[in-house]
Amino acid sequence: MTMQSVLDRQSIIVLLLLGAAAILVPVLNVAVDPASPFHLSDHLVPLLGKYISFALLALSVDLIWGFCGILSLGHGAFFALGGYAMGMYLMRQVGPRGVYADPILPDFMVFLNWKELPWFWHGFDWLPFAAVMVLLVPGILAFVFGWFAFRSRVTGVYLSIITQAMTFALMLAFFRNDMGFGGNNGLTDFKEILGFPIQAASTRIVLFVLSVAALVGGYLLCRWVVSSKFGKVLVAVRDAESRTRFLGYRVEHYKLAVFTLSAMLAGVAGALYVPQVGIINPSEFAPANSIEVVIWVAVGGRGTLAGPILGALLVNAGKTWFTGVLPEFWLFALGGLFVFVTLLMPRGILGAAKDLWAHAGQRLKSRPISEPVSQAAE
Amino acid sequence: MSAPVTPTLLYLDNVSVSFDGFRALNSLSLAIDHAEMRAIIGPNGAGKTTMMDVITGKTRPNEGTALFEGSHDLTALDEAAIAELGIGRKFQTPTVFEMHSVEDNILLALKENRSPFATLLSRRTAQERERIEALLERVRLTAHRHRKAGELSHGQKQWLEIGMLLAQQPKLLLIDEPAAGMTDQETADTADLLRDIAKTQAVIVVEHDMTFVRDLDVKVTCLHEGTVLAEGTLDAVSANERVVEVYLGR
Repeated sequence: MTMQSVLDRQSIIVLLLLGAAAILVPVLNVAVDPASPFHLSDHLVPLLGKYISFALLALSVDLIWGFCGILSLGHGAFFALGGYAMGMYLMRQVGPRGVYADPILPDFMVFLNWKELPWFWHGFDWLPFAAVMVLLVPGILAFVFGWFAFRSRVTGVYLSIITQAMTFALMLAFFRNDMGFGGNNGLTDFKEILGFPIQAASTRIVLFVLSVAALVGGYLLCRWVVSSKFGKVLVAVRDAESRTRFLGYRVEHYKLAVFTLSAMLAGVAGALYVPQVGIINPSEFAPANSIEVVIWVAVGGRGTLAGPILGALLVNAGKTWFTGVLPEFWLFALGGLFVFVTLLMPRGILGAAKDLWAHAGQRLKSRPISEPVSQAAE
Repeated sequence: MSAPVTPTLLYLDNVSVSFDGFRALNSLSLAIDHAEMRAIIGPNGAGKTTMMDVITGKTRPNEGTALFEGSHDLTALDEAAIAELGIGRKFQTPTVFEMHSVEDNILLALKENRSPFATLLSRRTAQERERIEALLERVRLTAHRHRKAGELSHGQKQWLEIGMLLAQQPKLLLIDEPAAGMTDQETADTADLLRDIAKTQAVIVVEHDMTFVRDLDVKVTCLHEGTVLAEGTLDAVSANERVVEVYLGR
């Protein structure tokens, strides 16, 4: 494997666009006069940051669905767990500034009359510890879940259903107050992150840039994985699982490895999402959320890595606009979009664009020579 | 590993498999020597595919013994472990990785460390390149190396799959209906290729095409209702009353 196979032309375009976003968004927000039409208002920065974290989540789903054929309908669970790990850190940062002004216990624990911090909350006052948990908690859950599922050779729609059941079970669990994660209110009213006020425009700019950096890192990691021989085995599993097995590959180990990696990426996405939206609650575990992620991936183009990023950004921008203008029709629009893409653009926007591009290229090539072709200019 | 029970490469004794009361294999016994080619014939439902499933670890027999190299118990191993032992299998319908290039299909089949970690960090060595080169040459796909395997013709896919089998460097190749859907010339070439392979490796060929089987010119086993009906040269087997009755037709 060479640098070239990891950084193909499409990847370079993706990196350039993300790089441009990381520069333009802060510049348009900070340096451009608020009266100017090019000014990016303060409330848009965390919104864009939220989209970027969704793009990372979509990327993680594409890694397993697009390249290994594992359709997870429960990836929102890993996203939410990463989010809760970050939320716990942010809760501990509130300190005595909560409504009940308890220096140790978060408000909801005081409200529940708890006397001391549950054992699993210890350590979360330290960001590096929380950051490790952001990776470990989704990773371990995915490993244990995958260990049983893949070893028993649960595939296809059955696997999708049990991933859905997993996220549903977690949602019910997190709704309970005695779980110690804030019940149905979740974790919110965050004050600061690493000592910086979380609502401040400058903090939000930094969080946005960090989100883009995480997306770039995640994208490069995925590119590296799929262009290695490991990635070729994944595609082999996707297209002819038993053939791969008879070649001597332990399919379950490959699935387990990529599923765990994907869950960790989803966890990072969740951890970036929470400080930008300011809340994490059990509704993030809702099965519908996970299904929505699959729609982003399908709309953008499954198995392309770049497509799901595009899909997540477009669909969420559409959602923001739609829920502002015609809120009651959003779910119909989303469903319609999924049906439209599945029937008419099975390879998503990116796949359709590539086909169009190849088609145009062919027409250009097959043009009669008499037409002016300015080769000298090239 | 215990001491070899038998000197033969593959040893099946009294193997029975039932699916919901249907006996797909009924006390089947079969022995294959090192570098022996054997043709298996028999009507549909005779248990040919089930036999391959047992040998490759896809199906566990209800009873019986299946030994490889005299000491490896095939009934206790899974597909991947059996493939590692040196048993390669070609499916009836050509099964290649359609989205991968011809070259990558061979690359994935090369006998290498198959653990996820090893493949993640693996780089193609000069030695690997040479082996891919040689294998592509042998299955006549050098000119098509960069094409997607899905774009190949049926016959080419069959050959690519045989090439993938060879890349595994197995001691025993199980080949299910290699001549199906091939032109006469391709069929003759395939017989040549298999005879060539059988000089160094054991081969079991399941086939319906009697011209092809005659072409192979090897010992033939006829299966019927999950058990061996007749075994010997093709002429001897074709002359068997029962074989004529259940399979060849009068």
